[in-house]
Amino acid sequence: MMSGKAIREPALVRWALTVAALAFLALFLVAPLVAVLAEAFAKGWAAYVRALSGDDTWSSIRLTLIVAAIAVPLNIVFGLAASWAIAKFDFSGKSLLVSLIELPFSVSPVISGLVYVLLFGLQGLLGPWLVEHDLKVIFAVPGIVLATIFVTFPFVARELIPLMEEQGREEEEAALTLGASGFTAFRLVTLPNVRWGLLYGVLLCNARAMGEFGAVSVVSGHIRGLTNTMPLHVEILYNEYDFVGAFAVASLLAVLALVTLAVKSALEWWHRDELAAIGH
Amino acid sequence: MTGFHEDEARRLLLAALFAVMLALGLAVLMPGAQAAESRTLLNVSYDPTRELYQALNESFVRQWKAKSGEDLKINQSHGGSGKQARSVIDGLEADVVTLALAYDIDAIADKAKLLDAGWQKRLSYNSAPYTSTIVFLVRKGNPKQIKDWGDLVKPGVSVITPNPKTSGGARWNYLAAWGYALDRNNGDAGKAQEFVTALFKNVPVLDSGARGSTVTFAQRGLGDVLLAWENEAHLALKEFGSGFEIVTPSLSILAEPPVAVVDKVVDKRGTRAVAQAYLEFLYTPEAQEIIARNFYRPRDPEVVKKTAGAFAPVKLFTIDDVFGGWKKAQTEHFSDGGVFDRITAKK
Repeated sequence: MMSGKAIREPALVRWALTVAALAFLALFLVAPLVAVLAEAFAKGWAAYVRALSGDDTWSSIRLTLIVAAIAVPLNIVFGLAASWAIAKFDFSGKSLLVSLIELPFSVSPVISGLVYVLLFGLQGLLGPWLVEHDLKVIFAVPGIVLATIFVTFPFVARELIPLMEEQGREEEEAALTLGASGFTAFRLVTLPNVRWGLLYGVLLCNARAMGEFGAVSVVSGHIRGLTNTMPLHVEILYNEYDFVGAFAVASLLAVLALVTLAVKSALEWWHRDELAAIGH
Repeated sequence: MTGFHEDEARRLLLAALFAVMLALGLAVLMPGAQAAESRTLLNVSYDPTRELYQALNESFVRQWKAKSGEDLKINQSHGGSGKQARSVIDGLEADVVTLALAYDIDAIADKAKLLDAGWQKRLSYNSAPYTSTIVFLVRKGNPKQIKDWGDLVKPGVSVITPNPKTSGGARWNYLAAWGYALDRNNGDAGKAQEFVTALFKNVPVLDSGARGSTVTFAQRGLGDVLLAWENEAHLALKEFGSGFEIVTPSLSILAEPPVAVVDKVVDKRGTRAVAQAYLEFLYTPEAQEIIARNFYRPRDPEVVKKTAGAFAPVKLFTIDDVFGGWKKAQTEHFSDGGVFDRITAKK
């Protein structure tokens, strides 16, 4: 314990730092969450339930879930494919591809939405063709899905690329020399190796897909009951002076985030032996 | 150990596959579900009309059902007037537009050719079935004694108004102040500019839309006076209770928010008849009374007489009289490098 004592800071400093950290956490994380719940329940439980039972609210919840259900699986496929290609193979233009994958992180979501308006809007590049064939992309569900996919694209790939690079390709090469086909090697070697990284990526991707505001706002058209996702609906309710309604929907979004966290923690707990074994 | 977790990998793959199929299934089902719905209209409107059209739609849907036996659903989209016009130009399929100012519908006619340039002649009263004006909302007891436009430029008075660059309502606010100053200074444009410059010096925050400003003033408690649509001020009074008072200035601007059928969209969707009937309905006594109940000034002379008590008398000037129409006012005051840019740059 002697060496332990030697590197210790004075008690005062330790306490001050701990208190500062906790205060920061309380002020910027816990307090807003509590405020959301307090506003949502400001007029009691009955008002909360009433606020959530409106048709428009339900359709916004449905739309949010549908968009996430389309965007997340597609980004799992894209993310896996991209990170596999980047980590396991050498080709020219690789660093360009990596930068491209991270592009949605560095571009403002509003720009991401505007890009689709410029592309698919009536005055846009493909607009006239789409109108001729009676296809609706922006101001309809496909546009919202596209914008969401764009914004959430990096999450899975970003989790997987460093993980796959770290693991190298020896195991795959061994599998191939033993006669496995490329896909079999991917399925039986690569995928099991990265499944934890994949899980984190998927959870982050899902959280963002459900919570995205900026990009979706640009392409949505804000038609009540048709193209409003939950974040957009929160804004609309707030603007209609329906503060209980707005915070009730906001509290649902917060609950979705907490459920995501809980699922992650539960999975980690169930597989804790395995996680310890692979050194996570 | 990282062995071959064959079972788990297979399960993961199956789950991913299942999720993709579920998603695709939903995506395929969805357009079908939409097509199965009854006839729909999309009304693209500006911010403060949410409550108004909620009430009007209910009444029209009932009438339409009685007349044609058809179930009608009217979808609403609300936002800043300019932004909404932009969305329609970019392909938001509005059967009818009900915006804050003629300029925005002109833009749709100009840029996207979705309706004919002469749209404003199609319905009576310049296609504006209701009017409004700009009034002041102050805090209870009017502690800063704000009675008229002149009081807004006094030092220490904090004025809340949205940004004229993005908000239709804010442009009306700005032009109303300008018109008042012209009136007081025998039409001297230089004095008017000084007055409006002084007014905007007293504005601590420019929200992007009218509703945002109302929330800033009423909910967040910023500012001494809110420049607002008359209907918006009354609604705030209703929603936020007794903390506020409405002050009607001596002179204000007559705002004529116009409505129009979007030709190309209704022809494509086969909704011309119902869209036309919907807009004509706005002029009926029944609709005009709903309009007055929502604190918009009605047009129908009978309804005007009946509801006169609800609206304070105020001398009104029109944008055509004082500014030579929207197009001219827009280029002169609100375009890039226009008067508004110059006076706010000086700040």
